[in-house]
Amino acid sequence: MSVHKTTDPLLEEIQGPTPRQILRGRVMGHAGLLFGLGVVFLLVIIAILAPVLAPHDPYVQDLANRMVKPVFMGGTWEHPLGTDHLGRDYLSRLIYGARVSLLIGAVAALISGVIGTAMGVAAGYFGGKVDAVVTFLINVRLAMPVVLVALAVVAILGGSLEVVIGVLGLLLWDRFAVVMRASTLQVRRREYVHAAQAIGASTPRVILSEIMPNIANNLIVIVTLEMAHAILLEAALSFLGLGVQPPTPSWGLMVSEGKNMMLFEPWLVLIPGIVLFVLVLAINLMGDGLRDVTAPENRS
Amino acid sequence: MLPFILKRLGLALLVAFTVSFISFSLLFLAGDPAVALAGETASGEDIEALRRLYGFDRPMLVQYGEWLWQALQGDFGESYYFKLPVATLIGDRLSVTMTLGVCGITFALLTAVPLGVVAAIRPNSIIDRFALFVSVAGQAMPSFWFGLILIVVFGIQLGWLPPSGASTWRHFIMPTIVLGYYAMPAIMRLTRAGMLEVLNSDYIRTARAKGASEGRVLFKHALRNAIIPVVSLAAVQMGFMLGGSIVVESVFALHGAGYLAWESIARNDLPTVQALILIFSMFYIIFTFLADVLNAWLDPRMRSS
Repeated sequence: MSVHKTTDPLLEEIQGPTPRQILRGRVMGHAGLLFGLGVVFLLVIIAILAPVLAPHDPYVQDLANRMVKPVFMGGTWEHPLGTDHLGRDYLSRLIYGARVSLLIGAVAALISGVIGTAMGVAAGYFGGKVDAVVTFLINVRLAMPVVLVALAVVAILGGSLEVVIGVLGLLLWDRFAVVMRASTLQVRRREYVHAAQAIGASTPRVILSEIMPNIANNLIVIVTLEMAHAILLEAALSFLGLGVQPPTPSWGLMVSEGKNMMLFEPWLVLIPGIVLFVLVLAINLMGDGLRDVTAPENRS
Repeated sequence: MLPFILKRLGLALLVAFTVSFISFSLLFLAGDPAVALAGETASGEDIEALRRLYGFDRPMLVQYGEWLWQALQGDFGESYYFKLPVATLIGDRLSVTMTLGVCGITFALLTAVPLGVVAAIRPNSIIDRFALFVSVAGQAMPSFWFGLILIVVFGIQLGWLPPSGASTWRHFIMPTIVLGYYAMPAIMRLTRAGMLEVLNSDYIRTARAKGASEGRVLFKHALRNAIIPVVSLAAVQMGFMLGGSIVVESVFALHGAGYLAWESIARNDLPTVQALILIFSMFYIIFTFLADVLNAWLDPRMRSS
């Protein structure tokens, strides 16, 4: 076989690992990314299978069995994580809460992603007046205090899943716009973009098939970061009583409901907080990891 | 330098003007404020009378113009709930929030900058990994939950610190940590990245070649240049933190402007909410303006962009 081991550089390049193999190697060697992907995947499965996995109905109250302790604090396996102040099974509420967090995070990130990407790519591609207007709008948006505006609008329109998703989706587009604008500026002067323009490709075609694929990796990173941001904000709004309304099982709401019994039953606050922390941590690690493996030169 | 300042000031004013319009428009999103004011038992005539009294029957732009004109003179109208001038109400509460904001950003800078510098001097060391862990955890920590945990541990179990209120400086310790930790990860990461970049640059090699001591190289040459972007980030974070104080103040029952915002939102007290959104935005606009000017002064290259 030594016959093939020539010093021909071309042949060496052919025999080297393919880009896909390189990427796979990087993914498998990145502990943070693997942890993030694993946890997010697990929680998505749990959220989808909630009706199968939850031992009890998350809405059914059992006032005779209020604040039963979790099994590791001397409770029974009937309620592995105990029950809340209305006797509802805590594990079941936690499992259904994953649906609320993931749904809000994903849809809010999607809405703000569409708005922010459209603005950012337009600003970067067209430049000039379009850029000036978009940059101005980003400045205005950044000047508005997110929590305050979100709370006020949710209070006015009434707290429901749809309103919270809509408000967060309309508020969190700033980072998409900033990053997509900068990324588009970087690619738009590349030769392949000029080439596409020279052969007469229409503007939408240039943007969709030349620009977008080359800034997609940055987009995915921002999607994950904003998803984590939206999940934390929903939890904060619900904690303040102006987000998702009871009896919906939201982790932020569970912390808020457990707060009054916090001194005697601290696990009521600890458990939903830890789950929230782990989910947001996993999404962030996934985003950081994706940035590292797709564009290692952008690592900070 | 002067053209830069004027241009930047013009932009700041335009942003402020737009934000004022948006925060005023919130009132109209709420539907008819007269109905909300009058309460559920009011008759149609009562509502009509209130509408005339407050001038809600006039076109929106007229009302906006009047509101803006009075706001510029420091008059934000009267609170629906407290029946006091909004300006007095906010003025009383703002000092708590400002104290919290200043303490929070100081805490964030005092922990993030040294950690970022050490992490950059010894990349991939245990300290670097610790710094990374602290910042990743900080970004994922729900601040209301972190606050509650601190209250249970240090306020109740150990009894070291008062769990809520704002009467002494000790009441500010836990809120400062919670709010500061929120701003810390971004500052730490930027300090680390800036130091890493600067430490690999030619002038650092020159300074070392000249025989400058390591301390002199790090602090006189490297940190000075790496800290410039941190200054503007700290200003931006300070603006965000004032907005974030709403969560922290309600957890610790600190009666500042953030707590007032939560109270007035829950009570449909729109004049107060409008004024608070405008004031928090103004702080952000002023901080970022000052940061940009400071940056341009420290680094003349910034003036052209």
